[in-house]
Amino acid sequence: MRRYLAILAAAAVAAGVATGAEAADKLKACWVYVGPHNDGGYSEGHDRGRLMVEKELGDKVETSFVENVPEGPDAERAIERLARSGCGIIFSTSFGFMDPTVKVAAKFPDVKFEHATGYKTAPNLATYNSRFYEGRYILGQIAAKMSKSGTAGYIVSFPIPEVVMGIDAFMLGAQSINPDFKIKIVWVNSWFDPAKEADAAKALFDQGADIITQHTDSPAPLQVAQERGLHGFGQAHDMISFAPKAQYTAIVDTWGPYYVKRVNAVLDGTWKSEQTWDGLKDGILEMAPYTNLPDDVVAMAKKTQADIESGALHPFKGPVIKQDGTEVVPAGGVVDDKTLLGLNWYVKGIDDKLPQ
Amino acid sequence: MTMMEGILLTIVTAATPLLFAAIGELVAERAGVLNLGVEGMMAIGAVCGFAATAVTGMPIVGVLVAMIGGMLAAGLFGIVALFFVANQNATGVALTLFGLGLSGLIGDRFVGMPGIPVPRVDIPGLSDLPIVGRLVFGQDPLVYLAVVLAIGTWWFLFRTRGGLVLRAVGDNHGSAHALGFSVIRTRFLAVLFGGLCAGLGGAYLSLVYTPQWTPMMTGGRGWIALALVVFASWLPGRLVIGALLFGGVSILQLHAQAIGIGIPSQFLSMLPYIVTVIALVIISRNRTLLSVNTPACLGRAFVPDS
Repeated sequence: MRRYLAILAAAAVAAGVATGAEAADKLKACWVYVGPHNDGGYSEGHDRGRLMVEKELGDKVETSFVENVPEGPDAERAIERLARSGCGIIFSTSFGFMDPTVKVAAKFPDVKFEHATGYKTAPNLATYNSRFYEGRYILGQIAAKMSKSGTAGYIVSFPIPEVVMGIDAFMLGAQSINPDFKIKIVWVNSWFDPAKEADAAKALFDQGADIITQHTDSPAPLQVAQERGLHGFGQAHDMISFAPKAQYTAIVDTWGPYYVKRVNAVLDGTWKSEQTWDGLKDGILEMAPYTNLPDDVVAMAKKTQADIESGALHPFKGPVIKQDGTEVVPAGGVVDDKTLLGLNWYVKGIDDKLPQ
Repeated sequence: MTMMEGILLTIVTAATPLLFAAIGELVAERAGVLNLGVEGMMAIGAVCGFAATAVTGMPIVGVLVAMIGGMLAAGLFGIVALFFVANQNATGVALTLFGLGLSGLIGDRFVGMPGIPVPRVDIPGLSDLPIVGRLVFGQDPLVYLAVVLAIGTWWFLFRTRGGLVLRAVGDNHGSAHALGFSVIRTRFLAVLFGGLCAGLGGAYLSLVYTPQWTPMMTGGRGWIALALVVFASWLPGRLVIGALLFGGVSILQLHAQAIGIGIPSQFLSMLPYIVTVIALVIISRNRTLLSVNTPACLGRAFVPDS
């Protein structure tokens, strides 16, 4: 018995040496970004959240991140490396990391995983998301109020539910002001390619759109808008510094409070797998200051925002009608979350074919 | 501005960074060096150009610093690949990775800072002409520089003694060496010129195309430039056409989408690459022509026997 105790003690000492000077109870929290941590857009939004965790939880945590991780098989290696390196909780922050995260989570049952914008869970894998569509509904309303040509341009990355949901919400917002509003859609098949996004913006403006919105991450389209004396919206980030005259507002991702909450849950042992989907009301989504807009439009936007926050207004309230004329929900109902998370159809009035 | 004018203008701007980077690579390859580090050199040019412009407030300084930055990166490649005779392919790929990483590091404090755009040069009177006005007489100065560079490169390669030596070094380094030409020095200079041009291509992205710095903003254009050199079968004139064609297809596919042509966007995004492949196949069918132009010692290391 004493021999066993001696071995145990030796092992404990060895473990202590292995972890070095770090306190045994210090939690390592790790992030995986699809872009650079300072991309001025989506990934930077997550990184601001990471920094908030560092600030709020101080000595109790240590954070690290890997950036520029391509979606797909490479992501699995990056996530697994983090899991092996002693991370207690890993946030993988892009839709394309979903299956790699599921695979790695199965291999490391003691590590907590959180995947942003996905729908697959496991006992040690939670998902979280932001109701970006609430903000996009407001953008649609502003676009319909401000556009002279009645046409907005929409630059998009990939036809995943999140993105299609954004297009539909924008259109529903616009239609609530001008039922004949039109949008022109260009897919650039990339989350981040400033030059291509700029080209897409030019093409859309050349074809008569006078307001631009985007579901890609660079401020390039807004710069094009500014150059042409036209307008648009920032994405994931207040992009006003790039286009002080062109940005009306932006949907701003604020992941910090969620991250603090979840890392804390690991620390006090209350973490469990959940599917979180918060929005404007919870502060995970914010609107950048309304600028370059007349007072009445600002008032309208603020009222819509307040109504969404109070629950008086749901962007996907009935009647919601698909492009092909079928009714999803009648007047009085709202499209449920499950349908939204798998959204793969355009609403009526969008004059474009959805890539399948 | 009509839609047609808009499309043509955008095609020219889309073609310009490709043309810059590809001209430099063409000269390096004509001298027999395959430098796969174009993407990395462009990234360094982009960040150097943006940083120098932001610090000094003068785009012209930015352009110069971008050229120097590209040259320094190319110099590093040249030392490793030419003097230490490391494998050119591996060194080039390493240069791309190094350049992307280093540019991110240098540019860290410039992210999120709006750039100072390079002013357009309007030639009074002429730039107001319909269609050709803006297109020919109202571009930014770097577009004209790209054109001058392409013509100058053609003139140097095919109308001067220096160009003849450079091509001889690329075609048969043994003979050139035997005739008393310094193979390594010629190649090193060609590689430096390649870096200078790639730096310009990068600066065009961060100063003119999208006046901002963001990591990875080159978006694979260095690799396209490499393909363009083969596409042009190492001839500067064809390079200009190739760059315009590539720029044209990538812009037109965006317009096709905005109009609402029911072709999958993934297919349209692929189109520029498909066009490149088709063009390569067509050119390659003319074997004699291609083999006449391909530098015979391309990618082969030279070690003078002492």
